[in-house]
Amino acid sequence: MLSIVLFSSCVEDEVPGLQNTNVSLNFKHNWDGTAVTNTDFNTIQYFTAEGDELSIEKLRYLISNVTFHKSNGETIVIEGYNLVDVTNNENVSYITPVQIPVGTYTNVSFTFGFDNTDNVDAVYTDLNSASWNVPMMLGGGYHFMQLEGKFIDNTATETGYQYHAIKAVDNTDPMNLVFQDTFFTVNLGEVIVHNNSSVDVNMNIAEWFKTPHQWDLNALHSMLMPNFSAQVQMHENGQNVFALGTVN
Amino acid sequence: MKEISYILVLILLLSCSKDDSGDAPDTYMPTPLALDVPPLFVQKILPPAIPFTNPQTVQGVALGKKLFFDTILSADNTQSCASCHAPANAFSDASQFSDGIDGVFGNRNSMPIFNAAFNYNEKFFWDGRSFGLEQQALEPVKNPIEMHNTWEQAVTDLQSSADYPNLFQSAFGTATITKELVVKAIAQFERTLISGNSKFDKYLLGTATLTPQELNGFNVFMDETKGDCFHCHGSDNNPLWTDNIFHNNGLDAVFADLGLGEVTGDPSDNGKFKSPSLRNLAFTAPYMHDGRFNTLDEVINHYSEGLQNSPTIDPLMKMVAQGGIQITTQEKADLKAFLLSLSDYEFINNPAFQN
Repeated sequence: MLSIVLFSSCVEDEVPGLQNTNVSLNFKHNWDGTAVTNTDFNTIQYFTAEGDELSIEKLRYLISNVTFHKSNGETIVIEGYNLVDVTNNENVSYITPVQIPVGTYTNVSFTFGFDNTDNVDAVYTDLNSASWNVPMMLGGGYHFMQLEGKFIDNTATETGYQYHAIKAVDNTDPMNLVFQDTFFTVNLGEVIVHNNSSVDVNMNIAEWFKTPHQWDLNALHSMLMPNFSAQVQMHENGQNVFALGTVN
Repeated sequence: MKEISYILVLILLLSCSKDDSGDAPDTYMPTPLALDVPPLFVQKILPPAIPFTNPQTVQGVALGKKLFFDTILSADNTQSCASCHAPANAFSDASQFSDGIDGVFGNRNSMPIFNAAFNYNEKFFWDGRSFGLEQQALEPVKNPIEMHNTWEQAVTDLQSSADYPNLFQSAFGTATITKELVVKAIAQFERTLISGNSKFDKYLLGTATLTPQELNGFNVFMDETKGDCFHCHGSDNNPLWTDNIFHNNGLDAVFADLGLGEVTGDPSDNGKFKSPSLRNLAFTAPYMHDGRFNTLDEVINHYSEGLQNSPTIDPLMKMVAQGGIQITTQEKADLKAFLLSLSDYEFINNPAFQN
């Protein structure tokens, strides 16, 4: 339901006679190589680089503007977005809503979150219905990710964490919010697209807590949306989270 | 324009069917009835979820309303749906627990009924055990601590009544009454129960002004470091004021009622109940699934200082070790003022929703 094409797609330079196809992006998840699905949720069993043991209770995130790059520099931009909901196993496969020519692409990329053009407050009724909004006091727009669960804190108590990624905002002065972009482009690398190709996109959830910032959940577990430096660190850790998986 | 033409065609078909009374029932078409969706809902959220097997019609809604307020569905003709879902209480019950026809009380507070057509996941009851309004409506009639009837008896009584066969004929093209048609009609009526005209709605539409206290309260609601209510209870961009999802909001350390866990059998769902809408709180006390809190003050105090830890408490419940979010007395008062601005007096007084 939450896979929406917002604008007409910009399919450039289609070559007549070439076969066109839809491509399925399959979002898969692991913790340092161990597969994670929603059946693994709700159990404290994963260790962060910091040594905190945690569970996952909720994971959903937004990707947008999947782009196929040709060797000649041209691009096919699939404008739209997909809210991957791992908790409910919904939208974990995103089939491009328009067809692209089969062939070799030097890179397939997408935006993690929304870029500033698309991150417009309130305009996406499906995302509003999914309570995916960011309060206007933090600039409005939408979440990029909600990762929640429990961890064993330094008093041996199970404590909730809410690793919510949004556009970084310094709200020290509520009348003069200061922003820093935290959406980023994920480059998967070369992909050969066949008829009805299936492309696995792997998220290593552990990386959100690892590189370059070794995340200390005891210090950073709650109220992270208005925490400017935490948002910047999430952005930087996110650079190593995604990787290309199997392509069929 | 295309939709209008379609409706006109349907109306013409209806006119023809009246002239051909006694002819084949499959030519009969009741009059389509569009839901009256508030402008903010149109702007902000997805359209209502109406099953294609039960389209809204004028005749179906009228029948459903009559059934909703009629005691004929109960075994001793003393209770209707409205007995526990009163319009004045936003179709809830002012009592903590409702008693059935035998005077036996349940263990959960009667859920208010409004904006059910926008419950996109279609899970109903506090524990989500029914999928779809039609399925939900099947239960109270046969529940031994509610109407304590059988569907066979209820259908027999309806069939032998003076009015109902004709009303079912008008609504569904057949005078042969079934429980499936009964709940379809009730569901059609319930889907018309749309609340979207509170003071806060009017504020968002630019036709009302909030007091400074109400505005402060809205900020407490939206501030992740204070109330952080918006993650589960909607926002100015989600006018349902609920996520319609199941959470353990820290009411108990040990569960007397497993809630969703009883339905799924998954221990990680124990103690989880559906987030109620925060609309119409002025009319829906007492609060929580078991009606344990008589006032909004008690509710706010719970989230501020009264949280109980348990293995399934929602990660969004913050500062559990301290009992909660620890907001100030002033912030509590402001939050309460804002919450009450979500109450929709036109909804509870809407003549279309009264007996």
